[in-house]
Amino acid sequence: MSRPRFTLDGVPVEFDEGQTLIEAARAAHTYIPFLCAHPDFPAHGSCRVCTVLVNGRPMAACTTRAAAGLTVESQTPSLHADRQALVQMLLVEGNHFCPGCEKSGGCTLQTLGTDLGVTSAGFAHESPQRPVDASHPDLLLDFNRCILCELCVRASADVDHKHVFALSGRGLHKHLIVNAESGRLADTGMSVDDVAARVCPVGVILKKRVGFSTPIGQRPHDVAPPRTQVEGKEEP
Amino acid sequence: MRTVSELLDAHQRDPTRLLQLLRDVQAASGQWLPPRVLTEVANGLGLPRAHVEGVAGFYAFLHLEPVGRFRVLVSDNITDVFAGSHDTLRAFSERLHVEPGHVRTDGVVSLDRTSCTGLCDQPPAILVNGRAISRVVGERLDAVVACIEAGTPVDRWPEALLHVDEGIRQRGPVLSSRLAPGAALRRVLEQGHDARTKTLEAARLRGRGGAGFPVVTKWETCRTAPGDSVVVCNADEGEPGTFKDRVLLATCADLVVEGMTVAAHCTQATTGFIYLRGEYTFLEGHLRGVLERRRREGLLGQGILGERGFDFDIDLHLGAGAYVCGEETALIESLEGKRGVPRHRPPFPVTNGYLGRPTIVNNVETYADVAVVFANGVEAWSALGTEKSTGSKLLSVAGDVERPGVYEVPWGVTLRDVLALAGGVDARAVQVSGPSGELVAPFEFDRRLCFEDLACAGAIAVFGPRRDLLEVALNFARFFAHESCGFCTPCRVGTHVAARSLSKLQQGRGSSVELTELETLAHLLRDTSHCGLGVMAPNAYRHWLRKFPEDVRRRLSASFEPSFDVEAALMNGRHEGARR
Repeated sequence: MSRPRFTLDGVPVEFDEGQTLIEAARAAHTYIPFLCAHPDFPAHGSCRVCTVLVNGRPMAACTTRAAAGLTVESQTPSLHADRQALVQMLLVEGNHFCPGCEKSGGCTLQTLGTDLGVTSAGFAHESPQRPVDASHPDLLLDFNRCILCELCVRASADVDHKHVFALSGRGLHKHLIVNAESGRLADTGMSVDDVAARVCPVGVILKKRVGFSTPIGQRPHDVAPPRTQVEGKEEP
Repeated sequence: MRTVSELLDAHQRDPTRLLQLLRDVQAASGQWLPPRVLTEVANGLGLPRAHVEGVAGFYAFLHLEPVGRFRVLVSDNITDVFAGSHDTLRAFSERLHVEPGHVRTDGVVSLDRTSCTGLCDQPPAILVNGRAISRVVGERLDAVVACIEAGTPVDRWPEALLHVDEGIRQRGPVLSSRLAPGAALRRVLEQGHDARTKTLEAARLRGRGGAGFPVVTKWETCRTAPGDSVVVCNADEGEPGTFKDRVLLATCADLVVEGMTVAAHCTQATTGFIYLRGEYTFLEGHLRGVLERRRREGLLGQGILGERGFDFDIDLHLGAGAYVCGEETALIESLEGKRGVPRHRPPFPVTNGYLGRPTIVNNVETYADVAVVFANGVEAWSALGTEKSTGSKLLSVAGDVERPGVYEVPWGVTLRDVLALAGGVDARAVQVSGPSGELVAPFEFDRRLCFEDLACAGAIAVFGPRRDLLEVALNFARFFAHESCGFCTPCRVGTHVAARSLSKLQQGRGSSVELTELETLAHLLRDTSHCGLGVMAPNAYRHWLRKFPEDVRRRLSASFEPSFDVEAALMNGRHEGARR
């Protein structure tokens, strides 16, 4: 018996029962733009960048289960504009200075913005005051770049079993915190070898003493940006 | 004063009771939660400390920074504002010598604003240490200041000052019900399962929380789902302008609890919760008393009314200042002691709710209606209302009317009828169902309140001829920005951007650029938000833009202006320079 399928922008995509739209698309080497989704973790659904039209209704592709016969649209001008606005919102909500950021060239937010053709902030900058935490001997936390995807929260809880990170506050005041009365990373059980230390899609959790070690042109997303990783072909 | 350890024991060291525990710990440790206390709570519950801090940081009434021994919060609801709440805030600020958003240097008092407190019929309202106080102007304001300066604990303040009016203006089958406790339950027990379901079907009862989902469908799905069912009463009446649940709980609590117990019987639930918004803490003692009395009367607990196996009890949980917890999945998260972040759906609570169990969440009024339907019979019930909206509806009418209060009306009345009843005939606009509802213009006043036309969860805020509807829109937009849980990008950032655009319009600095931005945001929030809060948030201004174009045009400046005033910005620098 053939596998069930839905159509994505008119192209049939086969899927396994239980797969989400983005998982099925990924397995079929079809790229749906995303930020907070990660193949090793359950869907989060907070960034909303992967919003697609499912039978005409907007849904997050990372949290919506694939079903036979669905008509899914991803590449529409309206969704493209939505995604640009979402990336712009993430950019103005924090403090992002790509040219001086150690994660430049390996940052999912930066690469997605470039991919979507985001050339301006679009909204007024919030310029929040967010001190960095350099207390840990091997790691630096630069909260200015946080997009609240909770990948570190989830990795530390579910994989490292340490619960080093959590979110506090709400609305625009929502922010990442660490598991210590002092509020300092040095006073948590965090280790540089933790999965949580390397899962950040942006430049919040950084290893000390290794910044800017890869030359421009050879950085992770210079070689294989997320789109290429999914589509499985080299950039021209 | 009880120690943290004693309070941990009082809550059985149960992590699902974290929010309830934090409320109690805060009350016992000087109105805020110092870092070492959070550590102690985390250790006592076996939870990561960061998790505890994250939960505490979510709720507006839990404090991670010191606050005053008296914490005064002035309602920022728009009808309170129009009734002078900003003057009240200013008066407190001047007379108590404390800036809004700050703590007085001696630590005695702190002052701030808060979202609607549910006393819109008796404005302007405030909360002092969680206790609601109505009509805070003139002598009542003097009395509050005197009590604070005298250091009198709030529970010993004069009875007259703490008194909240009942506020009932018109009674229908629910508010006039003189049902003896247990009477509806007895009817339910007499009927078999099929007859009960038929009664609910024939009554065509729909949920009163706003969405209008058929009660019988929800209950039947819950009953047939695997697992022990849970019955939840959503008493997190947070929609600004709504206070009818306050009145129901204060005057007809038995009816509500009876309806919940009927629900328990229909869904075979053994566990029940009332989730009461933190602003209604003044009802806590009353509700606990009603629950305790009903246990003594054999109407709650083991073997209800002598029926073997009919076991059901209700726990009262209090919220702590988070509007989003009115969303049913956020409410369930909060009941489990977590941050009130709405869940992904599906699965829906009716199959996977509280601790993964099948859960029905219904509004306070829905449960009261259920009791009335079973007590008075289907015919009496469906004689009122329309084809698709049977029975009565409680409306909270506030704002520019002569007789604010709760009106029980049959579904299907026109808005004009309601305005005539309440004495608001010269209204220039009415906000129906709160900020997430619809702004209705005079040309639509003949629309009928019912699910077929103008659905209403309860709030009717009336704006008279002199009211500035842009101030209304801005107030609502700021409300959503304040109450966004922050989970998804569009709502977290978009609600804030919308409020800023409207603020610019209000300053007379807005142009078509801002209008375009507001339209773009409305589209983005509707299509990409994680939950209803974000989807509905643009309703704060969308209807105003569409239905009051003359109003909008008058507020526009001819050309684009920057969002900041260059001269003002430079002035700061000049002052700084001069100081040095």
